[in-house]
Order: sequence, then structure tokens, then C-alpha cells
Amino acid sequence: MANTRTTEILVGAFMAAGFVALFFLAMKVSNLSSAANDDGYRLIARFDNVGSLKQRAPVSIAGVRIGRVEKIRFDQNTFQALVTMRINPRFDHIPDDTFANIFTAGLLGEQYIGLDPGGSLDYLVDGSQIEHTQSALVLEQMIGQFLFSKAEEGSE
Amino acid sequence: MINALASLGRFGLSALANLGRAHLLLLAVLGGTAALLARPRLLVAQLFNVGVLSLLIILVSGLFVGMVLALQGYYVLSQFGAAESLGVMVSASLVRELGPVVTALLVAGRAGSALTAEIGLMKATEQLSGLEMMAVDPVRRILTPRFYGGVISMPLLAAMFSAVGVIGGYFVGVGLLGVDEGAFWSQMQAKVDFHEDIVNGVVKSMVFGVVVTWIALFQGYDAAPTSAGVSRATTRTVVHSALAVLGLDFVLTALMFGE
Repeated sequence: MANTRTTEILVGAFMAAGFVALFFLAMKVSNLSSAANDDGYRLIARFDNVGSLKQRAPVSIAGVRIGRVEKIRFDQNTFQALVTMRINPRFDHIPDDTFANIFTAGLLGEQYIGLDPGGSLDYLVDGSQIEHTQSALVLEQMIGQFLFSKAEEGSE
Repeated sequence: MINALASLGRFGLSALANLGRAHLLLLAVLGGTAALLARPRLLVAQLFNVGVLSLLIILVSGLFVGMVLALQGYYVLSQFGAAESLGVMVSASLVRELGPVVTALLVAGRAGSALTAEIGLMKATEQLSGLEMMAVDPVRRILTPRFYGGVISMPLLAAMFSAVGVIGGYFVGVGLLGVDEGAFWSQMQAKVDFHEDIVNGVVKSMVFGVVVTWIALFQGYDAAPTSAGVSRATTRTVVHSALAVLGLDFVLTALMFGE
């Protein structure tokens, strides 16, 4: 009888250890802990070109992450990309003439939205739209423009 | 010529018959589920056999696999100046691939072969027929608890393998190679998705648990009741399990992570 008891205790410990490992993977390794507090207010911005911006890409001011890209949609009427961002409610003093850029982290890194605060005294609230935006830099376009201007210089 | 054709046909027919018997056995095993719920103590004993006794080999291999991944990954990543992504590399490859697959291979070798040998020997010594004489269904009494023991243990073991592997990678990456500790964890948390990566890894290991235990039980139950037959069945368990796990892994990966 003592033997079955030991077995039961060991099996219980085994199963508990398994669930602890799963919990560790969920909280420490994956993004579940950061996804949990993803509530906040929404901002909308229209871009002519979002490049390779993805959902869940960071939104930052001065390099500090204040939110994430929630959704990227294509607007058929304006032929622009409609980007919805979810901003942490702690950061509720963003001026309404803020400038939204799409930057690339490093030379080959992922793309993110960088906000440049303006000087207005009115703040963005839930659902407001950022009016001033700048598209992502597409490397091929830049190289194309560079070659084009070089060729023009040469022909003069 | 005709003989060659006939032997090919015989091979195909026997393969089909094996497959059919294996499925019938699986149905019978699943049919014992309700009876098993009435006697959970049988399941606990099998969880001990498959889960607890495999713990040591799983934890030690997980630790070393994680440590080796960190060493090898650092070698490649540092050439691109991306050594900070070491955490992502170690954890993603463990959670998505190596955790479920290596655990399944180890469990097939450690527990699957033992299951086959045990059941094969029970059959060879006519213990199974003895049970039947006493009006006890050997499939429900012997096979069903072993099946669920394997199926429940596998995802838990795989999760422990991955967790210990990540810790091993942390020791080598941060402790030995000097990767920044903050970047190691934060990049990992930013890139590894709970549903996309971890849940899919757990689903994978559940499938592997079913397949490995099923093969082990079938080979044992279907073994020729001699010492040579049991030894052949044990070998087949390990070989078939390894092939099934690796083949299924490709299919599952293509279904889950492929575009």
C-alpha cells in the first residue's frame, strides 16, 4: 500500500512539473504575459505604403514602446493602408498634430511605427486619426530614384 | 516473374492486414475509456511507468540540447551581428520542433520499447489469455491504461524538455557566451507567440503521444508469442515510431506553420 502511495505522489509531482513547465513556456518564453495587458485606446493612421509592417509591430515614441499595431487594412476608396494602433492607456498625452512614420529597426530589421509628438495642446483620444503620416521607405524605390538621378546627372 | 509479383502482393496484403488490425485494436483500446475512468489507479501506475520513469532522460537531454543549440546558434548569429536573437532561436526551435520530436523519439526508445516487451511477454506467457479466461478483457485492463498513460505523459514531458532546454540555452548564451540577458528574454518574448508556437507544439506532442503509444501497444499485442517474436516486435516499435514521428512531424509542420 505504501508503494502505491509513493507512486501516486510521484505521478502527482510529475504532472505538476509538466504544468509548471507549460506555464513557464507561456509566461516567460512566449508573449502571453505582454499580450494580456494589451488593452488601451485605439489610434488610426492612413499610410500610402506600409512596406512590410506587420500586425503586433511596436509603436514607439522616442524609441520607447507605447503600443502595438493591432490591424492593417486596405481602404478601397482612398487606396491607402488603414493602420489601427493600440496605445497603452498610460500614454494619454499625445498631441493631435503628432507625426507618424514607419521606420525600420536596423538595416534588415523589422518595421515599426515611430510617433513624433507635435506641439498642440489638444491630445489624441480613442479612435482619433493621426493626420500627418509618412510612408515606409521601400529600398527598391530608393535605389531606383538614386539610379535615375545619377543617370540624369550623367546626361547633362 | 509471377513469383515476384505474388510476393509483392503478399507484402501489400499483409501490410494492409496489419494496418486494419492496428485500427481495430485502437478502437478497442478507446472503447475501454469509460471502464478506465472507474479505476483511475491503473492509469496512475502507467503514468508512473511512462512519465515519471522517463523524466530523468528527458530533463538531461533537454538541458544538453538547449546548451548545444545556444553554442551552435551563437556561432551563426554572431556572424550577422545578431547574437542578441539567440533567445528567439533557442526557444523557437525547441518549442516548435525539437521539444516534441526529440521527446517522442526518446519516449519511443525508453517507454515504447518497454511497453511492447511487457505486453509481448504477457502474450508469450499466456497471461493475456489467462485474463480472458477470468472474463477480464485484456485490452481494457492492460492496454487502455497504458495508452492513456503515454498520451497524457507525452505533452507534459515535451513541455518540460522545452522549458529545461530554454534554461540550458540561457546558461550557455548568457553565462558562457556573454549575450545580454535582457535582450535574450525580451526578444524571445516578443517573437515567440503563445498560440502560434507553444499551443501548436503541444498539439504536435499530443499527436506523437497517440502514435508512439499506439505503435508500441499494437506491436506488443501483435507479437509472435516467442522470445524471438518479442525481440522483433520491440525493434519494430522503435523503428516504426521513429519513422512515424519524423514523417508526421513534416506533415504537421506543413499544416501548422506552412503558408
